[in-house]
Amino acid sequence: MPTYQLKVNGESKTVDVASDTPVLWVLRDHLDLVGTKYGCGIGQCGTCTIHVDGNPLRSCSTTLEQVEGKAITTIEGLSKDGSHPVQEAWKEVDVPQCGYCQAGQIMTASAFLENNNNPTEEEIKNAMHGNICRCASYTRIRKAVAIAAEKMS
Amino acid sequence: MSTTSKTTFSRRAFMRTSTLAGGGMLIGFNLFQSCKPKVAPPIDLSQLNYNDFNAFIKIASNGAVTIFSPNPEIGQGVKTSMPMIIAEELDVAWKNVHVAQGVLDTKNYVRQVAGGSQSIRFGWDALRQTGATAKQMLINAAATRWGVDASECTASEGVISNAAGETLGYGDVVNEAATLEVPENVKLKEPKDYKIIGKDAGNVDITKIATGKPLFGLDYKAEGMVYACVARPTAFGQKLVSYDDTEAKNMPGVIDIITIGEKARVHLNGDNQNWSVRLSDSDKVVVIAETTWQAMQAKKALKVVWEDNNPESTAQHDQELMSILDGNNFNTLRSDGNVKKAFAEADTVLERTYESPFLPHNCLEPMNFFADVTDDKINLVGPVQTPAAAAETVADMLGRNVEDIHLEMTRMGGGFGRRLYGDFVYEAAEISNAIRKPVKMVSSREDDMNTGVYRPAIKYRIKAAIKDGELTGYHLKEAAINDNMYGLIPNFFPAGAIENYQVDVASYDSNITTGAWRAPYTNFLAYAEQSFFDELAEVMEVDKIQLRMDLLEKVKGTDDERIQYDPERMQNCIKMAVEKSGWGKKPEGVYQGFVNYYCHNTHVAQVADVEIENGNAVVKKITCIVDCGIVVNPLGAINQIEGGILDGIGHSMYGDFKFENGVPVANNFDRYRLIRMREAPEIETHLIQNELSPTGLGEPTLPPIGGAIANAFKAATGNRLYQQPFSKTPELLKVPEKEILG
Repeated sequence: MPTYQLKVNGESKTVDVASDTPVLWVLRDHLDLVGTKYGCGIGQCGTCTIHVDGNPLRSCSTTLEQVEGKAITTIEGLSKDGSHPVQEAWKEVDVPQCGYCQAGQIMTASAFLENNNNPTEEEIKNAMHGNICRCASYTRIRKAVAIAAEKMS
Repeated sequence: MSTTSKTTFSRRAFMRTSTLAGGGMLIGFNLFQSCKPKVAPPIDLSQLNYNDFNAFIKIASNGAVTIFSPNPEIGQGVKTSMPMIIAEELDVAWKNVHVAQGVLDTKNYVRQVAGGSQSIRFGWDALRQTGATAKQMLINAAATRWGVDASECTASEGVISNAAGETLGYGDVVNEAATLEVPENVKLKEPKDYKIIGKDAGNVDITKIATGKPLFGLDYKAEGMVYACVARPTAFGQKLVSYDDTEAKNMPGVIDIITIGEKARVHLNGDNQNWSVRLSDSDKVVVIAETTWQAMQAKKALKVVWEDNNPESTAQHDQELMSILDGNNFNTLRSDGNVKKAFAEADTVLERTYESPFLPHNCLEPMNFFADVTDDKINLVGPVQTPAAAAETVADMLGRNVEDIHLEMTRMGGGFGRRLYGDFVYEAAEISNAIRKPVKMVSSREDDMNTGVYRPAIKYRIKAAIKDGELTGYHLKEAAINDNMYGLIPNFFPAGAIENYQVDVASYDSNITTGAWRAPYTNFLAYAEQSFFDELAEVMEVDKIQLRMDLLEKVKGTDDERIQYDPERMQNCIKMAVEKSGWGKKPEGVYQGFVNYYCHNTHVAQVADVEIENGNAVVKKITCIVDCGIVVNPLGAINQIEGGILDGIGHSMYGDFKFENGVPVANNFDRYRLIRMREAPEIETHLIQNELSPTGLGEPTLPPIGGAIANAFKAATGNRLYQQPFSKTPELLKVPEKEILG
C-alpha cells in the first residue's frame, strides 16, 4: 500500500493506505481524529468538512493525493482549547441538539468567516446552505455565525 | 397536574444511599414509577448493587456533585434538563454539578427509553423527590452534629445553616448523611423558589461537541476492534439465494465474509418484545475488515443473488390505500352519537382526502453498534433509544443470560424513532458471536436509507356534516401501511367537541418495514385535520379562529376521561397566537395560516407567514405558542420547539420516499431532500407561563406545522394542498398567472 505524508493540525503524519481511501476515513480510522463525521459519503451533507490550506473541503470525497503536502485542519485542530470565535459563538448560542453535524457546521462557518467577517444574513444563509442539520438547528446556526463574525471583525 | 402532587413512591424501594469508599455518598434511585426493579432491592446497604437503580447522584466529601443521567440522549436535551431538576431540589449551584451519562446495565428495568416525549413528564416527580430527600438527609446529618433540631436548619447552594449562623458544606456531612435512614414525605419546593428550573442552561456536552471529542457510537473504538458492513436484501421481501465473494475476499483488509440472520430469525419468530419491528427474515452477508472503508468497499464487490418475493411499489400502495378508504372494512376506534344519521340529515357535507408518503428517519449518524461477545460476557456499546429491550433481545438471541450483558449508551447522532428498534444491535451481536472478535457494525448512508424502518405511507379521508350552520358530524378514516394510529390519538381534538364523531382505521399489509417516526401518526394527521378545519371554516363561512374556539368551548367540563387535552389551555394558546402573530393585521403581501394542536401532552398553536417571491409562495416566518407546563430549561426548550417546526416544514415540503419493485428510489441526500439553511424561516416562540407539571417537547411542535404552512399557501395562492410533500406539486405553490398580471 502506498505511503502518504500528511500535515494534520500542524503535525506530520505518515499513513499506509490504499490510494482510494477518502481523507475522512484516514482521519477517523487511521489517525484517530473522529471529530470529523461521516454522514453521506458523497459530499452532500457537509458533516465531514475540513480545511485544506484554509479552504473548506468535503473529506469524504477528497483523495489523499489532493491533500498531500497541504495543511489539513480538522475540528480537533481548529483551536487548542475550543476558543476559536466560531466555537465560542456555538457555546454562547447553545446551537446543538444531537450535535453530530456541528463539527462540519463549525468548519464551514470558520472557513467562510476567514474570507468575509462582515457577512449579510443572505451571505450567511448561502454559506451554510450546504451543511445539513437533521435536527434543524438552523436558526441558531445563523445566529452563531453572525456572533462569530462580530468576534472576528 | 399540579406541581405539588403527592407521589406514591415507597421510599424504601425507590431510593437507597451508601457511603462511598474514599468518602462521600452514593444515592441510587429509580427514575420512573413504571421502572421498578423486578426484584426487591437489598435491605442491607452493604449489598447495594449498582444495578438495582437506574439513576445516581454522587456527593463527594469535597462537596462535588455528580449526577448520572439515566436516559438516552438523542438531541432532545434530557442529559441537561433531567439533572437540572435534581440539582434544584438538592439545592446545589448548577455550575458545580458534573453530569455524566449513566453507564448502565439495564437488565432489571423497563422504559429506560428516549421516545414519546416522555422523559421529563415521567421523571418529574422522581427527580424532585430524589434531590429533596438527599438534601433532607444532609440537613439531618448537620443537625445531629450541631445537636439542634433539623427544622431549625436550612440549606442553599450546597451549604447548610443553623439558627446560630453556623454553616456546614454538604461535603462536610456527607459521610454521616449516608448512614441515616431515608426520610419519608420530604417537602418539595414551590415553583416560585426555583433557582435552576426555568433558567437557561447550556447543553452539558457543548464543549465536547464544539471541539470534536468522541461522543457518538461511530466514534467508539476498542482494542482489537474490526469493522463490519452488512449486505441486506436490496428490495423489501427478498431472501438470500447465494453469493459470490471471490473478488471481495481478496480485497485489502478483508478478514472474513460470513452470513448472519438465523439467530435473529429464530428470535423474531418467538415472543413479541417491546419495540420489536418486523425485520427481514432473510440471511445477510457480512464483510469484516480492518477499517470502515475497506469493509464498505468489499461489500460493494460482493455479488449477491436475492430471490424476489412480491416486490411492492408506491403506485400499488396508493391504489390499495385508496380502495381501503372507498370500502367499508374498518376498525372503529371511537364512536360518539350517530355519524350516519348526521350525514343523512346534513345540509352540506365536506369530504377531503389527504395523502402522505413513507419517510425515512435519516439520522445523520447512520445506524451502527459495537459488540464484543465472549464466553464470559457481552459488551454492547452504541446509540440506541431502547437499551433494555436491546439487551434482552440479544441475550435471548444468543441463548445467554441477560446478566452477561453490559450495555453502554453513547450520545446519538439523532434518533427520530429509528433507534427505538434494535436491529443494528442484534446484527452487531450476531456478527461478534460468530467471529468472536470485538466488532463495530457500520451502515453506509445508502444502507441506512434503503434498509430502514419507515414512517408508513398513510391516507386520511375526513368528512364533515353541516346542518343549520352548525358542525353536526365528523368522520375520520385512516388507511395506513401495516399499522394504524394507537393509544389516545382518536381522542385528540376535535373529539369531544362534536356530537356525532367517529374514527375508523384499516391497514394494508406490506413487506416494507415500518415503525415510529417522530410523533407517530400525528406527524401527518395534524396537517390533514388542520387543513380540513381551514377549509371547513370557509365552507361554513365562519371565522377560522372562532370555529376552533367554539369547538373547544364545548369540551369544557367534559367527564370523558379519554379526553386528555385541556380546552382552556388550548384556547389560551390560540389567543396568544392571534396576538403575537398579528393575525389578520399583516400588511398586504403577507399571507397567514393558522393551526392549533395537542399531542404528547403538550398544547401548541402556530401561525405561518407566507410571502410571494418571484411568483412562488415562500414561508418567511413562524409564530409558535407552546404550553408544556413548567419549562425546565428554556434554552433547551426553544431548541426543541424550533427543531420540531423546521423538521416538520422540511418533511411536509420535501420528504418523499417512493418504492419501485420493492426498492426505495432514493438512497442518499442527492435524491432525498432534507430542509437546509435557506429554506428555514424565522421562528418566534412564546411559552405559556404556568405552574403545571412539565410535559415533553421532542415532538409536539412538528405535527401541526405542515397544516400551518398549507393554510398559508392557500391564502397566498388560492390552492389547497392535499398531498405531501408539497414540492411534488410545484404548480400549486405558485400564484396563478392572471393574478401576477392583474
